[in-house]
Amino acid sequence: MHELGIVFYIIKDVKQVAEEHHVEHVSTVVMDIGEVSTVVPHLLTDCWRWAADKEDMLRGCEMKVNIIRAVTWCDNCKKEYETVKFGKTCPHCNSGNTWLLRGNEVEINSIII
Amino acid sequence: MDEVKVIEIKKSVFADNDKAAEKLRKELKQKGVYLLNVMSSPGSGKTTTLIQTINRIKDRVRVAVMEADIDSDVDAVKIKEATGIPSIQLHTGGMCHLDAEMTRQGLDNVGMEAVDLVILENVGNLVCPAEFDTGSCRNVMILSVPEGDDKALKYPLMFSVCDVVLVNKTDVLPYFDFDMEKCSKNIHARNSQAKIIPISAKTGEGVGAFADWLLREVMRWKGR
Repeated sequence: MHELGIVFYIIKDVKQVAEEHHVEHVSTVVMDIGEVSTVVPHLLTDCWRWAADKEDMLRGCEMKVNIIRAVTWCDNCKKEYETVKFGKTCPHCNSGNTWLLRGNEVEINSIII
Repeated sequence: MDEVKVIEIKKSVFADNDKAAEKLRKELKQKGVYLLNVMSSPGSGKTTTLIQTINRIKDRVRVAVMEADIDSDVDAVKIKEATGIPSIQLHTGGMCHLDAEMTRQGLDNVGMEAVDLVILENVGNLVCPAEFDTGSCRNVMILSVPEGDDKALKYPLMFSVCDVVLVNKTDVLPYFDFDMEKCSKNIHARNSQAKIIPISAKTGEGVGAFADWLLREVMRWKGR
């Protein structure tokens, strides 16, 4: 449900970058979204469609989403594992002394003109 | 001009808000105003907890409340009637969270010169408010007994950003399968630094401990 709020932030950033580069229309926005970022990709692109079409610079502009796989690091056994499958507990040694390496990104990767 | 051009941005969507929040925190420190951000799911007893807490500290510090909701002003009116302190309503215009800029506008309305402590009652939601730094000095999360002892497992981000977890409605503990020890373990797995205070906003049990913590925090922030 926060996807619309996030879209408003993306629009603000994209418009700013486009203006700095004297671009009149953006054709694609590429996002990097982590698996455990709590952002739901299809809701993000739905909200994007609704909001982007209200902006001259972004009318019809497509949003592409790269999913970033979530990986957790175990400080106990110094190994990596898949966050979505195993959560907070390391599957190698059962330790809870773990932290997320990547997978919580909500980033604008690039825009295509 | 059919040429395709790619402009690399590589920037977090939350970067601007994080910057605005940091700026606001510095200003609050300079002015000696403590901002407490209170988050929880709807119906966990935020407003009742605030009333109980405020009535214990309002003679010691100047308090104001900002109520953030998608619509209506029932909470702001309730706080004002029950405590007599200034309380304003912020409408998020359909958004599920408050950001640093909206918080800033609210603080301008409250008037930072007239207060020592501003309590922000964020929108009832465990996902979005956790992602947007409001510029607060500390984050408090209220988890009520009927919601279950496994909440920290379901909403990891919320529990990792909060400094204090108030486990509310302890008066109904006999009627629920709620294991306080398990609850603490789940919270500390997400955030080993989180301070957990069991309270009952209805009976007042434990609220004194939270009020004392809050008073100490405000005094430390003001450098007294």
